Amino acid sequence: MSEAATHDDHHDDHHDHHPSGLMRWITTTNHKDIGTLYLLFSLTMFFIGGIMAMVIRLELFQPGLQFVDPQFFNSMTTMHALVMIFGAVMPAWTGFANWMIPIMIGAPDMALPRLNNWSFWILPFAFTLLLSTLFMPGGAPAGGWTMYPPLVLQTGAAFPFLIFAVHFMGASSIAGAINIIATVFNMRAPGMTLMKLPLFVWTWIITAFLLIASIPVLAGAVTMLLTDKFFGTAFFSAAGGGDPVMFQHIFWFFGHPEVYILILPAFGIVSAIIPTFARKPLFGYSSMVYATGAIAFLSFIVWAHHMFTVGMPLAGELFFMYTTILIAVPTGLKVFNWVATMWRSSMTFETPMLFALAFVVLFTIGGFSGLMLGVTPVDFQYHDTYFVVAHFHYVLVTGAVFALMAGAYFWLPKWTGNMYDEKLGQWHFWTSTISVNVLFFPQHFLGLAGMPRRIPDYAVQFADFNMVSSIGGFVFGLSQLLFVMVVVKCIRGGEKATDQVWEGAHGLEWTLPSPPPYHSFTVAPEPSSIEGGMR
Amino acid sequence: MSDAKLKQANSRVVRRLLATTVLMFAFGYALVPLYNVFCEITGLNGKTGRLTDVEAAETTVDMSREVTIEFVTNVSSDMPWEFRPLQSTIKVHPGVETMVEFEAINIAQYEVTGSAVPSVAPSAAARYFNKTECFCFSQQSLAAGETKVMPVRFIVDPGLPQKVKVVTLAYTFFESLNTAETAPQLATPPPS
Amino acid sequence: MTFSKIFGSRTKQAVVAAMLALPASASAEWGLNLPRGVTPFSREIYDLHMLILGICVVIGVAVFGVMFYSIVAFRKSKGAQAAQWHESTVVEMLWTVAPFLILVGMAVPATKALIMMEDVSGADMTIKVTGYQWKWHYEYIEEGVELYSTISSDSNVARRLDSGIDPNTVQNYLLDVDNRLIVPVNQKIRFLTTAGDVIHAWWVPALGWKRDAVPGFINESWALIDEIGVYRGQCAELCGKDHGFMPIVVEAVSESDYAAWIEQQKSESDQPVALNIEHN
Repeated sequence: MSEAATHDDHHDDHHDHHPSGLMRWITTTNHKDIGTLYLLFSLTMFFIGGIMAMVIRLELFQPGLQFVDPQFFNSMTTMHALVMIFGAVMPAWTGFANWMIPIMIGAPDMALPRLNNWSFWILPFAFTLLLSTLFMPGGAPAGGWTMYPPLVLQTGAAFPFLIFAVHFMGASSIAGAINIIATVFNMRAPGMTLMKLPLFVWTWIITAFLLIASIPVLAGAVTMLLTDKFFGTAFFSAAGGGDPVMFQHIFWFFGHPEVYILILPAFGIVSAIIPTFARKPLFGYSSMVYATGAIAFLSFIVWAHHMFTVGMPLAGELFFMYTTILIAVPTGLKVFNWVATMWRSSMTFETPMLFALAFVVLFTIGGFSGLMLGVTPVDFQYHDTYFVVAHFHYVLVTGAVFALMAGAYFWLPKWTGNMYDEKLGQWHFWTSTISVNVLFFPQHFLGLAGMPRRIPDYAVQFADFNMVSSIGGFVFGLSQLLFVMVVVKCIRGGEKATDQVWEGAHGLEWTLPSPPPYHSFTVAPEPSSIEGGMR
Repeated sequence: MSDAKLKQANSRVVRRLLATTVLMFAFGYALVPLYNVFCEITGLNGKTGRLTDVEAAETTVDMSREVTIEFVTNVSSDMPWEFRPLQSTIKVHPGVETMVEFEAINIAQYEVTGSAVPSVAPSAAARYFNKTECFCFSQQSLAAGETKVMPVRFIVDPGLPQKVKVVTLAYTFFESLNTAETAPQLATPPPS
Repeated sequence: MTFSKIFGSRTKQAVVAAMLALPASASAEWGLNLPRGVTPFSREIYDLHMLILGICVVIGVAVFGVMFYSIVAFRKSKGAQAAQWHESTVVEMLWTVAPFLILVGMAVPATKALIMMEDVSGADMTIKVTGYQWKWHYEYIEEGVELYSTISSDSNVARRLDSGIDPNTVQNYLLDVDNRLIVPVNQKIRFLTTAGDVIHAWWVPALGWKRDAVPGFINESWALIDEIGVYRGQCAELCGKDHGFMPIVVEAVSESDYAAWIEQQKSESDQPVALNIEHN
């Protein structure tokens, strides 16, 4: 390695003179800086969206309306979803990609550094637009994050802000995706063949293609909403010969791939963490790659399972049922492979491993309820109830967010050069895992017993489980403050991390010093140091 | 890879992916006509077919079979009209041209323009339900208090699947956007 | 229902608590599980739901069992040595094909149930359901009888922000209406759903399905209720501010009671109704 082992990240002098202080962060084109920006932005949004979730759980703590009016409640559910999906989870994955992909594939930086800077800085702008609607006459959007017309067209002054915020978020994601594809295609170190890529890189590549194929469709759909509202088109208005159900088809054509955009990188992270702490290579590396591809492909032909109750011909319902339950095959394969990796291994249970193991169990529970929801006739009961709410929170919170946490603990020592506080990390894990189940598991029962989703108040027979769920919610919300403590403590100092950090860690990123120099792999690593993705 | 070659490779990837992005945006719009074609084939959103008089005259009649046609009507909640079928059900032989009538009353104190959209259930029957005369999709204006009887002539195609015994034809009147905006704000929620 | 009318809400709360303590009996009204319902279709759905849930539980127990066994047995702290194998085509094929076969086994009864649900033919009567922000309108097509159904006034007062009324003191809080939808038992009823403004969804869990009410379009579904009783439900598609406050109450009565009720409605109604050309 030609790089001096100094960790000077304030300035370096052999490429460009970048300013220090705030201007450094605004003008930075360095993949590590931008990765950090993404991750901090996402953490901020996680708490903003979290506060909205707390408002929701507070109002649902007891039957009757005690705190907010129904319109504001609907704004909270709508904004919570938009903020968490587009503000917390998606930017977090892009942050991980920025930080890790170049140092995983032995590249000096992302392929398009200036575009990288832009794609991040669009985001704060987009979310300022979106969050500003909370203070507008008529309130923030309250028609659900799915923006179904005609209801969404009843939104007040916030409507154009919602549409343009979605456009900007989409532009940011597409730019990020283009950058990642260009980086992996063109910047891999010699010897880093495609089938040697770490699975996180593989899952991200597939995610990036999903983004490029699906986000523009969302952009089209919301543009049609905009012209329907202001320019007299009638794409979705029955009065003008359009069809409101068509919006749902177009939206979910985007929406289902979007679900996998949120979860595929999680598969990659878990596939990195389990072998590390099991000290055993990942079982079935290539079948993992093919399964990810299969899931991505299927995600484009299952969309109507989000709208079985809208009324479609029998043949359509059957088709979408069959394709939907078929997704269980590649997804099941992944879970079996992770379990096989653990078989006859030598495991230790540091915080990243704990989160990864919880991911496997809890994501699988979310997968089971997903399978149940995919069966059309039974979906006529489950649809739009708390059963669905429980399902997608198992997949997205104990799935995507837990994998994010696992990844953060896994790489924090690499990023900061310091070990995080393991004891605090374990506390964070156990409080989160217990409370998140108290929060979401009873919601299965609520849904089955007949509680619809997106209601601010409920019949008294739902009271007990809602109270339990709310208590779980408050504890889960508070336990995330522990994570902030861990991160702050880790940035400030702590036991110095070694280059390899974890005993069982393999891969190029662990050959760099912790933290890595501001510019890493300016000279490509030795091909012999590339081991292949199963480790 | 040399710097120049890398730059070239990068811009090639960017060009292709941007083209894909634009293409997918266009695909979103292309879904609109595709959806309509799809609906026509499957009857998904219950849009009915149309026949010219010539085609109507050529339709064969199937006297061996009788189908019940049911008529239902709706008025969009912000429109001050009453609208009803003058017959709620009728039995027809496939292939026979039949006329039915609907009555609309403008209960507002001002002129209101609207248009009606049809929908058929079961959706599988939609493509066999052909109209030769219909007031749907065209603008209908009623003066304050005016009552108007509007005819519909239709033929049920003899190809209608055997298991369909009842076909429902629904019309929903929506107020035209331009008159909705100029009309005085009058609260006329559906009476309860 | 009548139960709480007789015993008062405090008794009801105690019963709720007792029911929660006994999950086995909790399936009555506020249970942990789907209701079995009162139509052939709802029972079909219930059985299907239990079947898939059972399959998921069995697979879950097996997979998590192996996983937890590994966590206990293959610890570094216990001196476990990691093996280095990392693939097996046979094993990977096996756990691709086996789930596929299980899925086929699930798809067969699911397909049967779906075909049953979509077969609306041979209905004895038709009721048109129209959703409005925020009430339901019901029309008995053949009879020319219609009624609007909105949330009952005591629920409507109690549900206001800071109303000061304890929801536990309100009869069927948020699940009661002014005018119930009266239907006969043992008749195949065809429901046509549509809406007058935004999309709603009509859902009574005891009937086994929900169906979207889309403005400008009609949707068909059916139910054949075989038990006399009162069945409650709610709007299931977000429809604006008061989405949570447009309940549905279906009262299934005997065929003779239904006929009497219809006659009474007809005689009370002074509005002209659409004439029947055909006598059914």
